[in-house]
Amino acid sequence: MRDPEIRHPHPAPPYRALPHPLGTIRAGISGFPSPAEDYVGRTLDLNERLVKRPAATFFMTVTGDSMVEFGIQDGDTLVVDRSIDARPGHIVVALVDGEVIVKRYEMIGKRPYLCSGNSQYAPIPLANLDCQVWGVVRSVIHEYAV
Amino acid sequence: MIGLVDCNNFYVSCERVFQPRLEGLPVGVMSNNDGCVIARSNELKALGVEMGTPAFELQQWVNQGRIHLLSSNYELYGDMSARVREVLEEFSAGVEPYSIDEMFVRFDGFDAAATLALARTLYRNVRQFTGIPVCVGVAPTRTLAKLANRAAKKLPEYQGVCVMHADGDDTRRLLERTALGDVWGVGRRLVERLAIQGIETAWDLRKADPKAIRRRFSVTLERTVRELQGTPCIELNDAAEPRQRIMTSRSFGRLTGEPGELQDAIRQHAQRGAEKLRQQDSHARAVLVFLKTNRHRPDLPQYSPSAVVELPEPTDDSRPILAAAQQGLEAIYRRGFRFMKAGVMLLDLVDANREQLSLLDTPEREAQRERDHKLMAALDELNGKMGKGTVRLGVPRQNAAWHLRCAHRTPRFTTRWQEILRARS
Repeated sequence: MRDPEIRHPHPAPPYRALPHPLGTIRAGISGFPSPAEDYVGRTLDLNERLVKRPAATFFMTVTGDSMVEFGIQDGDTLVVDRSIDARPGHIVVALVDGEVIVKRYEMIGKRPYLCSGNSQYAPIPLANLDCQVWGVVRSVIHEYAV
Repeated sequence: MIGLVDCNNFYVSCERVFQPRLEGLPVGVMSNNDGCVIARSNELKALGVEMGTPAFELQQWVNQGRIHLLSSNYELYGDMSARVREVLEEFSAGVEPYSIDEMFVRFDGFDAAATLALARTLYRNVRQFTGIPVCVGVAPTRTLAKLANRAAKKLPEYQGVCVMHADGDDTRRLLERTALGDVWGVGRRLVERLAIQGIETAWDLRKADPKAIRRRFSVTLERTVRELQGTPCIELNDAAEPRQRIMTSRSFGRLTGEPGELQDAIRQHAQRGAEKLRQQDSHARAVLVFLKTNRHRPDLPQYSPSAVVELPEPTDDSRPILAAAQQGLEAIYRRGFRFMKAGVMLLDLVDANREQLSLLDTPEREAQRERDHKLMAALDELNGKMGKGTVRLGVPRQNAAWHLRCAHRTPRFTTRWQEILRARS
């Protein structure tokens, strides 16, 4: 059911709540330093730190315990960037048989695998598997109960 | 050169980004308020399901699991549209949104090889970064870009990207294969009148004498002829409106961040849009509001947001349209930015006469509807006789009666923390 808050302008900001100086996005392209660097006393913005490319960045919630050794726990929030090309060693969000899963992409003896961070789960060989990378995990946010 | 980037089956594509199991299946998106199909995947089109089909007619197929119908999720579509626009902004010389899923992109100062390379880059990056598949058409004029985009979509040999030059065999072949009705701004009545003159394809029209066309038809059609010949003479503002949306926008005389000024502008645009809607006998299902900072002022912080708000039912009444536009503005407004432009787009139009009345309609509601209709007609008549803007609406009352029937809305994956996608580890 639709919650009632949709009927009122909600305070929840869009995915880009705080000013993203264009400079940080374009710095890599034009080579110019970001004009934002001259700002004095600006509030530190976590978006700027964690979200490198807002248009390509999506958040997800982790379920399950197969990635604990990589520091990814049940209930954590993933920051996923689709603009990065997946390379071995990346933690990726992948589509396997229509399901969205999070694993580490690795080459074992020249063959690609999706590996878990939990010795109870064997690596999944990608040969003969219908698998697509959805995006690359840039960071994981773990919140403690306080 | 100018490019037109068009998202394939946009609403369905948005849903598939987050629900990959829907890939390759017949999927439709229904409007929440009148239960009609407003978007179809290619697979659903292939089954012969038409735009505007009432959902209950498809219920049997849904129960059999043959097709999948989702309720519209405008909040998600609005956010994904903004992402597509942002990727295009990053890799091009400028973007002009034409509707929620179509954007014109400037290709200034590129030679032929570089143009094709950039078009392919846009095609690839939008798809990779946002998950939305697009087609790209590039040409010297908007009218040709539209046709190039159509070719990119329909003809597999182009693989989603078509660059069309003003002259050459390829261009000629494409225009010969294009029916007149598929040319931007040439409506059905014109097609009939032109056929009498022996003009049946886009190529025939291109070969016509512009001056004679102006004498026999109109300045607008003369412009179309010149555009087909490769001379740009249609700006976005005097372009034909697409059938599916109405846009009103304007640049402010100076940069402003004043909430009051922004509200006034949005209010004006919303009312103007509603007037256009009534003139063409359409109802809208949703309202898109956007703001733009000046991207040529890198010394100022940049923020060009947009938001989409669904209407309680398809309507041409200024009041709910205004209320939705205000709501959209409040959702995107941030202090600390000076905006150059504001605009309102009315989306997912439906023919007013073909509109289904809701099953929940009561005689009271019907009477109310009749009163509303008279009120709006009176408003338009006054403004028509006494000059634009003689009678204007104030800030709308907060309308609490927006209850939506919404059985299957998908999660708002990108705008609500509680609804983000789950990834299994």
